[in-house]
Amino acid sequence: MNFAFIFHFFCFIILVTLKHINWNKTLNQKWVHVKMADEAVCVGSAPTSKSYLNMDAIMDAIRVTGAQAVHPGYGFLSENKEFAKRLAAEGVAFIGPDTHAIQAMGDKIESKLIAKAAKVNTIPGFDGVVKTAEEAVKIAQEIGYPVMIKASAGGGGKGMRIAWNDEETREGFRFSSQEAASSFGDDRLLIEKYIDNPRHIEIQVLADKHGNALWLNERECSIQRRNQKVVEEAPSTFLDPVTRRAMGEQAVQLAKAVQYSSAGTVEFLVDSKKNFYFLEMNTRLQVEHPITECITGLDLVEQMIRVAKGYQLQHTQDDIPINGWAIECRVYAEDPYKSFGLPSIGRLSQYQEPLDLDKVRVDSGIQEGSDISIYYDPMISKLITYGATRAEALGRMEDALDNYVIRGVTHNIPLLREIITHPRFVSGHISTNFLPEVYPDGFKGHQLEADAKRELLASAAVLYIAAELRSAKQFVLFRVASTPVECSHWELCVELGEERQDVEISKSGTVEMDGAKVEVWGALNLASPLLPLTINGTQRMLQCLSRDAAGVIVLQYLGTLFKVRVLSKLAAELNSYMPEKVSEDTSSILRSPMPGTVVAVSVKPGDTVAEGQEICVIEAMKMQNSLTAVKQAKVKSVHCKPGETVGEGDLLVELE
Amino acid sequence: MAAISVARSSCGLINGLKVSLRSVTRVKYGAVSATVPQTSLHRSCRWYSVSHLSVKERIDQKRQAALQGGGQQRIEAQHKRGKLTARERVQLLLDPESFVETDMFVEHRCADFGMEQDRNKFPGDSVVTGRGRINGRLVYVFSQDFTVFGGSLSGAHAQKICKIMDQAMTVGAPVIGLNDSGGARIQEGVESLAGYADIFLRNVMASGVIPQISLIMGPCAGGAVYSPALTDFTFMVKDTSYLFITGPDVVKSVTNEDVTQEELGGAKTHTTVSGVAHRAFENDIEALLNLREFFNFLPLSNQDPAVTFALIELITNPLLFCLISHSFFSDRLVPSLDNIVPLESTKAYDMLDIIHAIVDERDFFEIMPNYAKNIVVGFARMNGRTVGIVGNQPKVASGCLDINSSVKGARFVRFCDAFNIPIITFVDVPGFLPGTAQEYGGIIRHGAKLLFAFAEATVPKITIITRKAYGGAYDVMSSKHLRGDVNYAWPTAEVAVMGAKGAVQIIFRGKENQAEAEAEYVEKFANPFPAAVRGFVDDIIEPATTRKKICQDLEVLASKKQVNPWKKHANIPL
Repeated sequence: MNFAFIFHFFCFIILVTLKHINWNKTLNQKWVHVKMADEAVCVGSAPTSKSYLNMDAIMDAIRVTGAQAVHPGYGFLSENKEFAKRLAAEGVAFIGPDTHAIQAMGDKIESKLIAKAAKVNTIPGFDGVVKTAEEAVKIAQEIGYPVMIKASAGGGGKGMRIAWNDEETREGFRFSSQEAASSFGDDRLLIEKYIDNPRHIEIQVLADKHGNALWLNERECSIQRRNQKVVEEAPSTFLDPVTRRAMGEQAVQLAKAVQYSSAGTVEFLVDSKKNFYFLEMNTRLQVEHPITECITGLDLVEQMIRVAKGYQLQHTQDDIPINGWAIECRVYAEDPYKSFGLPSIGRLSQYQEPLDLDKVRVDSGIQEGSDISIYYDPMISKLITYGATRAEALGRMEDALDNYVIRGVTHNIPLLREIITHPRFVSGHISTNFLPEVYPDGFKGHQLEADAKRELLASAAVLYIAAELRSAKQFVLFRVASTPVECSHWELCVELGEERQDVEISKSGTVEMDGAKVEVWGALNLASPLLPLTINGTQRMLQCLSRDAAGVIVLQYLGTLFKVRVLSKLAAELNSYMPEKVSEDTSSILRSPMPGTVVAVSVKPGDTVAEGQEICVIEAMKMQNSLTAVKQAKVKSVHCKPGETVGEGDLLVELE
Repeated sequence: MAAISVARSSCGLINGLKVSLRSVTRVKYGAVSATVPQTSLHRSCRWYSVSHLSVKERIDQKRQAALQGGGQQRIEAQHKRGKLTARERVQLLLDPESFVETDMFVEHRCADFGMEQDRNKFPGDSVVTGRGRINGRLVYVFSQDFTVFGGSLSGAHAQKICKIMDQAMTVGAPVIGLNDSGGARIQEGVESLAGYADIFLRNVMASGVIPQISLIMGPCAGGAVYSPALTDFTFMVKDTSYLFITGPDVVKSVTNEDVTQEELGGAKTHTTVSGVAHRAFENDIEALLNLREFFNFLPLSNQDPAVTFALIELITNPLLFCLISHSFFSDRLVPSLDNIVPLESTKAYDMLDIIHAIVDERDFFEIMPNYAKNIVVGFARMNGRTVGIVGNQPKVASGCLDINSSVKGARFVRFCDAFNIPIITFVDVPGFLPGTAQEYGGIIRHGAKLLFAFAEATVPKITIITRKAYGGAYDVMSSKHLRGDVNYAWPTAEVAVMGAKGAVQIIFRGKENQAEAEAEYVEKFANPFPAAVRGFVDDIIEPATTRKKICQDLEVLASKKQVNPWKKHANIPL
């Protein structure tokens, strides 16, 4: 069988054995799946509307390669009914549900009507299509605040905004409609009652073309930032068998109501009383499908291909187990310190997946050297760990995150590691508001306790000494004898932020500071980014990001990056004479917080802006971000215009 | 000042002893403080006339005075400027307790303008000299003491410097100069000038024999600038160091230009505009620590091979670090290189990405990172062994060669050649920069320097053509024809006289279908084959294997012996 896969991001292992093509794009020639493909066809240049969303080019590619079936991957065209229609017209099989189901479920409003008819619980206050801002306000008032506004055609949290009053509704309407137009080519919107503090739990369904349908248990996807999933797990700690069965059966009812075939996902919001409401149905393979595969043992892609070929399901509902626990972290190229993740770009100068660990799966479409550009989702990979129990899976996830080497782009591993080790997460007490509730002032990285701080400082000191010792061991023909200082005891000063700590490392093998002792032991290789250390008997995987001659060592410890400065005691004492160098005042300068495209500039030189007033809008990774003034001031100069591509830190607007 | 004269003139055995003991403990940590008891009794007397001290005590006193330099007030003033004292600098630069000082008792000999007075004599004068170790390796050091007569250069000062330079030459060890001097000692007149010339001569004699490094940590003006200029590397400290022939006042009076010290000769000027200095550091401490790091790359002299970090696994302290593994992963593949060169030949990429990915531990000590950025030069290690790296930088001016980049590259190549450091060259060069500015500026003779340097170099030379190698620039960039030992091409390499468009306009002048002709040219020449079939490149290699290949080649080339014909010296087009 000749397959065509439209990959937006990932490839599946089973495909290697099949003949398939990829529509790579000029920008993407470096991505892994292009290498795995038997044939690759370029479908256009970077912006998605010119490549993966360019249906004509893709149809041409299908013709050229003679593909008999197309798997659409996760995003882009996977839920596009037009695409499925055109494929059908060409006689090419679409690996996924038929057009009718995509159309029915792809439309948020129609899908809810169908769900209602199929006796599936739906969210109260559900309403229709919105054309203008004023209409939006009216609808919102009818439903009662808070309300949620999103693009009808968009999946997940894309284009979704929550409004608590009329003003926010107007703003939300404006943003959502723009985003809807730019991402989906369909500017219809949806407004509905917003359920505060809900969990997001979804049921995986699998149906064939013979009227059989199964539910493959749930996935807990409550950990989200800006309504996009970050950490998912299966099963959920929250569901009891009764609720699970009720949700599963409703999901299957819905699938059957639309004659669904292939794999799909029915998303529910679950409130604290375990009431659940239908949210939407995704008529494609979800990014987080691997965790379902882990606990059920089914290969969903294989099942989808079987179904597309017309085979009956191999399993019955009783065959579907919950074996163990699986967790997925979405590793993004973004800065978690800026509203839980603003996109970052760069070239992966070093990249090493923790694949040597047991029961760890990494789905990625990139490799060392790949560019992370502003044109796509900033996802680097999906990191999945599996264990017999939740605790085991979480422990593996910790190890996997610590062993994951990503250099060249800022990534969200610090946040991921904090989430999966947070007591609230560990106890299962989560909701979609987890992040803002746990980090009300924004994510600040791992907060070191006294013991952990000592461990970090001791590790940095040991690394420093290791480098010193290595420098002294040079292999030369000894024309002039080398006489390294035989040292058995070092006095150092380690700085972390404003704090300074005197440290002594003695021959007895201990690092002493502040009256406490830390034993550090480990096989250090200065050429390796990973530093496996045993600190006070506990094994820790640290990473060294950089180490410079002036003693600055950047270590990744417990997921978070710490900049530590190690100096000899003498250098530390003399350092007090060194002048502080002042950096520029930034309150009157607006710089781009991330790389992206300028969508709108709302001010011109001479304007007076109020504090909090929107200055310009940057679109990056398909998200629109409004940049506001931090103080009331007059605009001095504007250095950007709509349509321009800007880099992180680029000067946008100067205030007086 | 007061403290010193007091120390000198204070009488009484016990008192003197106490002072010396106290000072010794204090000085160990470098923070010298003025707690010497004040007795103004014999302040203005010559000490020998009233002293009851034994020779031993006098020695101790002199040493104490020498350690105090220009006195506590001046030391504090120095610290206030954000600068360390001459001795603190030496202490930081060298391994602990390795400094062996010479000429601590030398005093200036000037008898004019009241200089002969006791209060104007400082043991050691305005420079601290001696030898020491950096990571166990011998080095000679002089550190000018700004607290004594503003670090001005007297005959004695110069003589001290010359002495350690002579010693460094006889044993074959590098000299590091820490410059912080107001200039010539005006009271001494011509003697000071003679002193400069003595140093210049030694700089020249030592050039190419031992590495010489200057670190400018304060003012360095007038004739004094020529000593750093003659040394192999000049580093500067930002905001506190200046190098110029004439200061802003003279500039104003002669050319009527208003210019600040910083603009005229600060670190930024010399590392970005003039190319006089090779690197700048934030402050004294960073500069000295970086200098230690830099020193690790250098051989002691031209008699020594390039430094290699030990490959042994060293068990340093069984309890502390079980072992520090010393594998450099010399056979490591570098997959990120397979896609670093963009398919469009007009698109830029960062040569530093290639360099960082290939060398040991991503550790690259770049020389002149902010000057003539279209060429990248610097030191790194391959499998533990120091190498010099030269690379065109496509990110800046397409990586073309111009006057500044040619001179920058040439000087670096000659240093490597002089000190047995193998040279690895990464080529992506579209040619020499055209234009009147370049032609009038003498691109012909300046470009020739780089050509000359690569051609005369006898150290192992490995070249990797990553993309473009066009025209004369191809020849210049360590080509096979200039005795390159190993020359590789990546599959993306294009070795040709020029780019397709220009070539087609010449070959097919007047032909209708230029596009077709261009395609034909690209097919024929925009690939590594024309060079490979002629043996001008030894192999076409997968980029990911580059590190592995270079490490293997360096292993073999370690025993390379090549001698240029005898000559008094070559006549490089200066």
